[in-house]
Amino acid sequence: MRYLLVEDNTELAEAVVNRLALDGHAVDHAASLSEAEDCLAVAQYDLILLDVMLPDGDGRDFLARKRAHIETPVIVLTARSQVSDRVGALDQGADDYITKPFDFSELEARCRAVLRRRGGESRNEIRLGSAVFDPLSGTLRNGDESIDLRNREIRLLEVFARHKGQILSKSQLMDRLFSYDAEVTENAIEVYVGRLRRRIDGMGVRIETVRGLGYRMETGEA
Amino acid sequence: MTGTGSIGRRLTLLLAGVAALLSVLSWWMVTGLARQAAERTQDNVLAASVTTIAETLRSEQGEVRLELPYSAFSMLGAISEDRVFYLVATGDTVLTGYEDLPVPRELVPSTGRVVFDTGEYSGEEIRMATVTRLVLAGTQPVPVNVTVAQTRRGVASISAELSQLAAFLSVAFFLVAVSLSAFAARTSLKPLNEIAAAVSRRGPSDLRPLRRAAPTELAPLMTSLNRLMDRLGQSIRSAEDFIAEAAHRIRTPLATVRAQAEIALRSAKDEDQKQRLRQMIRAVDESSRSAGQLLDHATVIYRSDDLVRSPVILSDLVRQTVAGLEPTAAMKDIQLHVDAIPAEAEVDPVLMDNALRNVLDNAIKYSPPETVVRVSVSNADGEIRISVRDQGPGLGEGPADQLTQRFQRGNNTQGIVGSGLGLTIAKDVLEAHGGRLELETLNEKEGTCATLVLPSS
Amino acid sequence: MRHACLAILLSCLASIVSALEIEDHRHFPGTGDRILKVISTADLEVFEPYLKAFQVSQSALSIDYTVVSSAELHRAIRGGAEFDLALSSAMDLQFQLANDGFAQSHRSEATAGLPDWARWRDLIFAFTAEPAVVVLSTKRFDGLGLPTTRQELLTLLREYPDRFEGAVGTYDVRDSGLGYLFATQEARSTDAYWRLSEVMGRLNPQLYCCSGQMIDDVATGELALAYNVLGSYAAERLARDSGGRVQILRMEDFSNVILRTAIIPATANETAGAGALIDMLARLGQREAPGSWPLPPLGQTGADNLGGFGPIRLGPALMVYLDPLNRRAFLTEWENAMEQH
Repeated sequence: MRYLLVEDNTELAEAVVNRLALDGHAVDHAASLSEAEDCLAVAQYDLILLDVMLPDGDGRDFLARKRAHIETPVIVLTARSQVSDRVGALDQGADDYITKPFDFSELEARCRAVLRRRGGESRNEIRLGSAVFDPLSGTLRNGDESIDLRNREIRLLEVFARHKGQILSKSQLMDRLFSYDAEVTENAIEVYVGRLRRRIDGMGVRIETVRGLGYRMETGEA
Repeated sequence: MTGTGSIGRRLTLLLAGVAALLSVLSWWMVTGLARQAAERTQDNVLAASVTTIAETLRSEQGEVRLELPYSAFSMLGAISEDRVFYLVATGDTVLTGYEDLPVPRELVPSTGRVVFDTGEYSGEEIRMATVTRLVLAGTQPVPVNVTVAQTRRGVASISAELSQLAAFLSVAFFLVAVSLSAFAARTSLKPLNEIAAAVSRRGPSDLRPLRRAAPTELAPLMTSLNRLMDRLGQSIRSAEDFIAEAAHRIRTPLATVRAQAEIALRSAKDEDQKQRLRQMIRAVDESSRSAGQLLDHATVIYRSDDLVRSPVILSDLVRQTVAGLEPTAAMKDIQLHVDAIPAEAEVDPVLMDNALRNVLDNAIKYSPPETVVRVSVSNADGEIRISVRDQGPGLGEGPADQLTQRFQRGNNTQGIVGSGLGLTIAKDVLEAHGGRLELETLNEKEGTCATLVLPSS
Repeated sequence: MRHACLAILLSCLASIVSALEIEDHRHFPGTGDRILKVISTADLEVFEPYLKAFQVSQSALSIDYTVVSSAELHRAIRGGAEFDLALSSAMDLQFQLANDGFAQSHRSEATAGLPDWARWRDLIFAFTAEPAVVVLSTKRFDGLGLPTTRQELLTLLREYPDRFEGAVGTYDVRDSGLGYLFATQEARSTDAYWRLSEVMGRLNPQLYCCSGQMIDDVATGELALAYNVLGSYAAERLARDSGGRVQILRMEDFSNVILRTAIIPATANETAGAGALIDMLARLGQREAPGSWPLPPLGQTGADNLGGFGPIRLGPALMVYLDPLNRRAFLTEWENAMEQH
């Protein structure tokens, strides 16, 4: 997935970019509306994260202007939280909004929700052994069989799928799965990994436990 | 508003005052004219009477003779029940009649011209008509004065009668004028009232200039009003801009801090360090959430004074709001289940969305992962009920009412970010709509049911 | 004390009475001290029932009733004689008294009920309407047709001068106020008056001061007819005398109707009593049926008057013939007509 982040605060932008990159997304950063214009002129994006207060204008005006010819979904990042502002953002063509400061997990969740709602193409499908996994819609198909996954199972599978063959520590997984303050212990990861193993049983992929370090997904091809 | 009173009343009173003045004036004039007319009538009859008598004056064997014609007095009797006196004299010699009648002695012997005078006789005011005729007595022409006098009771009674009629008409005129004045005042003030109504009909944030056809006199008012609204709009806009700018300036660095802290948290190895970072993030979240809810609460209070109601299909509103919160719920694998019948109500959609969002947010926040939050809309007994049931720990001990008070949080909220304003906002919104918020713990640890109750229209 | 007062009152009365030509006088004692002094032209026989009826309701009031001629009454009131009530059939003289300020006003429910023409300024009130009639002797008219108009009467007098020589009676208008009123009003209303006067004048007419004597003389047959007699007296006399010796004729071409009127003189002391008597008379004047009262009510004669003439109008025109110059002129003409011998 290719994201465009329009945000004038460099530190925040950097953090967001890094975080989204963890999920395997390519993120371009524009620090102003004019930069954003340039980016949009040369590249196709799957999602735009748009700050409303930018040095060269109001993000919402930009949104209203662009809406006519760009169909890319937009999530507005706003410092305003008032009801009327939120409603206004949606009215002006945003697909969703998120107020600063935000939880990365929530940002990811919203991005996924928007992309899913927009029904993006299935070009992000990942082959897992004999099965095909679409992290966006959360569907896992093995031949004619469709396996039901819970949200966290999807998240977990996505992390493993994007890092096939890599050892992922429990703490890394927890960061990706839970909000920072979720009252969970590393045992919870064991529970989820256990569940996921049962789901992908017989697909030619497996999640191995690397004692003392974490887990690793092994596929036949690799 | 006190002191200057109502323009309508002032206008009515002013016009009524003018009407009263005109009424009195017209009464006075009619009375005067009536009296004049009555007096003229009497004078005419007196003149006719005196002339009739004078015409009988003749000279017989050197003596002045006359004959009172019957008609001379009967015509006087015909107009009123007034006492009649008369005197015929030549110089100081009385030929006949009431000798002591106070006739002016020096009369100009202008033949045929009737002279009138007013005097008093026999205890009453009298009107006298005198005519002087020259009669040949012997060889000398002698001037003979014929005077007929009549009391003025008839005049008085006719003018009193007409005056009474005039008074009656004046009062009638006055009453009609007053009601017309009230009508006129109301009509003239109608554009003003219409402008007032147009202004008061407007929503709290509608500061567009008034575009109405108004009478010339009201144009300055309209201009000032529009200028005031423009200034107000500008100042509100600049205040809003300021708040937005301030929020941006504060929240963006906070977001940076939070993001960096989260990244640090991920890479931190030491549990102590992680704990501190978590606390830091939580503090950031709390401050941002509190600020948000405080502003929301202020908005609710501000908009509650003047609700912008519009017909809203509540089931649609519920679905939209739920959809907005779905990603948040999904993070915890919480299913949001909506079961809504189509119900319509006149509400402020922005406020209702806010109220429901707060209730739902609470439900999601306090629910354990992988549970279900059920939202249902029902319409019964004149009430529309939007229920939000979670499978959380319930409300805990203590009266449920307290939870809806400002900055009150339940007993079971440890470790969860919240300002305590969420339910207060929901309650205020519902009360502004004539509804209420009901909170109850479902059977033993089976969660909470929060119900938004609205009167159905 | 009471006797002393009465004595003084009587002596006062006597002094006035002595100046008057009194025809009759009677005192109707009441139970109280108050005395209502009435001066009237109506004979006692005619008026006594009224006074008696009045005393039934006002038993405390004594009534002192003096009968005089209308001219005398007029003179007395003008002269300031102290009477509480003046009743007269000479409405011209009564009117003049009211006009000249010798009457005081009186207002009550009863007087308000009187028709407009029966009162003037709350000073003068009419309570009977009485026509002038011709009274004739049945015996002396034996074989003759009864005249119904002045023209027929004239023809009769011309055709039978022998029968009527010295046998026609009428008022001496020089003495009788009522006679003068009848004469002047008739002269004004019909030209037959002067022709009739001239014819009567040739027949050596008998002139009377009062109705009573005239009717008596017709009853005895001394007179064949009496012209211009007050009808009420004639009717009253006819009721008393049986035998059909006297007949009453009302001229159909025209007949005078006079109003008997009451005034309260300006000198009156007992105004309350006078007012009460006026109220009683006014009510009786408005009664529907004549009843047993000697005098007719206001409505009767006015309504069924064959000539269609109403009563003589109460108004300043009445004073025209009272003017000395007019009176002198009228009397001169009358004398010329009446006294041809």
